Amino acid sequence: MVDFRLSQNDTEILEQVRREGLAVRKHARYFDEHEEELPPEKFPEADAFPGVSERVNRRPAGDTPPATFQMLLGMARQWGDTLPLRQPPLALGNAALQAAGTPEQKQRWGATALSMAITEPGCGSDSKAIKTTARLDGEHWVINGEKIFVTTGIRAQGVVVWATVDAQRGRAGIKSFVVLKGTPGFEVTRKEKKLGIRASDTAALSFIDCRVPRDHLLGGDETVPRQGSGGFRGVMKTFNMTRPAVGAIGVGKARASLDFAEEALAGEGVAVDWERGRRARSTIEAKLVQMEADAEAASLTVLRAGWLADAGEENNVEASIAKAKGGEVSRTVPQGCIELLGAMGASREHLLEKWLRDGRITDIYEGTGQIQRLIIARAIFGYSSEELG
Amino acid sequence: MYSARVISFALSDSQKVARDTVREFARRELRDRARPCDEESRCPDELLEKSWALGLAAACIPEAYGGGGVEGGHTTSAIVLEELGYGCASLGAAVAAPMLFVRPLVDFGTEEQKRDYLPLFTGDRYHAATLALHEPRFTFDPCALETTAERRGANRVLRGEKRLVPMGARASHFLVLARGERGPGLANLEAFILPRDAPGLRVHDEGDTTIGFQAMSWGRLTLDGVEAPPAWKLGGDSGIDGRRLIASLRVGGAALAVGLSRAVLDACVPYAKERVAFGQAIAKKQAIAFMIADMRIEVDAMRWLVWKAASELEERGDATRAAAIAQDYVGRKAMKIADDGIQVFGGHGFIRDFPLELWFRNARLLTVHEGPAAV
Repeated sequence: MVDFRLSQNDTEILEQVRREGLAVRKHARYFDEHEEELPPEKFPEADAFPGVSERVNRRPAGDTPPATFQMLLGMARQWGDTLPLRQPPLALGNAALQAAGTPEQKQRWGATALSMAITEPGCGSDSKAIKTTARLDGEHWVINGEKIFVTTGIRAQGVVVWATVDAQRGRAGIKSFVVLKGTPGFEVTRKEKKLGIRASDTAALSFIDCRVPRDHLLGGDETVPRQGSGGFRGVMKTFNMTRPAVGAIGVGKARASLDFAEEALAGEGVAVDWERGRRARSTIEAKLVQMEADAEAASLTVLRAGWLADAGEENNVEASIAKAKGGEVSRTVPQGCIELLGAMGASREHLLEKWLRDGRITDIYEGTGQIQRLIIARAIFGYSSEELG
Repeated sequence: MYSARVISFALSDSQKVARDTVREFARRELRDRARPCDEESRCPDELLEKSWALGLAAACIPEAYGGGGVEGGHTTSAIVLEELGYGCASLGAAVAAPMLFVRPLVDFGTEEQKRDYLPLFTGDRYHAATLALHEPRFTFDPCALETTAERRGANRVLRGEKRLVPMGARASHFLVLARGERGPGLANLEAFILPRDAPGLRVHDEGDTTIGFQAMSWGRLTLDGVEAPPAWKLGGDSGIDGRRLIASLRVGGAALAVGLSRAVLDACVPYAKERVAFGQAIAKKQAIAFMIADMRIEVDAMRWLVWKAASELEERGDATRAAAIAQDYVGRKAMKIADDGIQVFGGHGFIRDFPLELWFRNARLLTVHEGPAAV
């Protein structure tokens, strides 16, 4: 049955996550202004909020299914601030490990925080153009290249790095490798300074004749050089789960901004009258309704992508729709909220201006809005990336 | 008490059957008729009769009154309206017009009113009855109706003008909305069941004509002191929930517009692949591909907003906000999609050999009419 309501238990879990978000907001400004510092693994307030993850794990089977609920959790977390109360133990590379790793690899590195290194100085969205190489030398892979924009690259214990084993073969030649910190030839060369999400560390990495054992190839190397293992497709599968999750981040930022703006406007005696028709609304009301609608629409596309995954159905197009809509509202809604509140809305006394800066990355990382539209259009037309690039 | 609630986009088996049946009907019966009916400003009787077999109105009438007995069914109505809108929003609204009368009767009617009027819609012939909301005023708003219903003894006397009444030309009964005694606002709305021959009610021979929806016959009513006995006041003393009624209309219009938008998308895809410019299908150019990708994105987003509002109506919650959101979002996006559809087709979008200009005109009216359909 079509339904958009939550169980009492799920409502309580999401409420708790939002309360955690409120608690962390008081630290948010400090780590925005002290980008050089890494936030602690957990803030003291975390102890006042025990066990949300246990509660998530214990959810009754009949409630909203897990992937859909993960989307709700993502929105609720981001409603607090981009800064988490507890640093998540794992990172994006772990999602790749889960999607493409062998059972043995998942066992070995399941608890190791792994970042993911794809982007290079010369390529971003066009990930098949990567120049980093991996050459088999006896029982080792030898990796050479430079990676940038690696999220949690400073904090993580290792990295899943994309490299080509055969540049002639284009994307079929691209494989991913687990490289742990401390491996000779692997160095963190820089920490980026950014517009927003400053509490999240972003690293540049260098690999110079960096040798890792053969079995560090994600998906196992018994099939090399056969196509498929740990390769482009395997890793791209990762993004069918993570794209909607990033969309959820955008929705969370939009929701937080709207709630802030609506509370501030209520203080000025301005509120939306939902009964009135579209032609009876003031300019401010009309803008608020529009942003509420945009945020709600984005939120539902994110839930839809999660729900399809739960139902075991293909969600490639819907994952991109969720990412595109989440990315869009992460830009338009915080911008619009400041537009409504005026100059004081842009003041650093409040977090709204920070959420605009934090949210701005959402339409860029894990595939820009334009890349999402390419994915959607190719699916609609039945085109390959060569036919529509 | 613990109650499990699940966020779900899953259609029930009966909803899938309803969707597929109406989709097939829309493809077979509405598409080819859309152009001639628009040009000739008519909605053929034989189409309305055929549509009756779908049982749209009967489906939301409880068994006790001879209907299909589906409880709620607002989501199903939204799904069905999308399919009708996909075939042709104008003819689809004509086919679904009796719902505008039946749904409020089922939701708010007294026992006696249900017994008197609902059986009109459970027979095997199309029966037209409708709802009169719009008034002849720029910036019309349902919160501020000018039609009044003053007390005269136990009766109420209705005065006002109603315009753009769906299928007004052939309706046997009109559900006329009037400003409540307590003043403006949706919560104060009152509704009166007027038979077509009620003294003081004038149904104009010439209906309204608009930029689109020309296949629909829009009625114009003048209420010149129509004396309504208590039995005609919908819901009797307890009246109606005007917020809920207007929400149902807002969602109904939005559902039709989702279907219209999906029709534009589905027309643009093959055209963009076939049309060659500068040695390449225009679908292979990002300027066109992105426009069509945006249509695909928004058709999804629009549909889920409509479903959410419909499901809130079904759960008998307050759907006012959800319906306003669906109306706002769908209104903006449907107009943009219909507009972009013409742009994808270029000059072919502008000539009447192709349906794009028709859909564009229909979208312009549909997204500003406050109640072309009900869920």
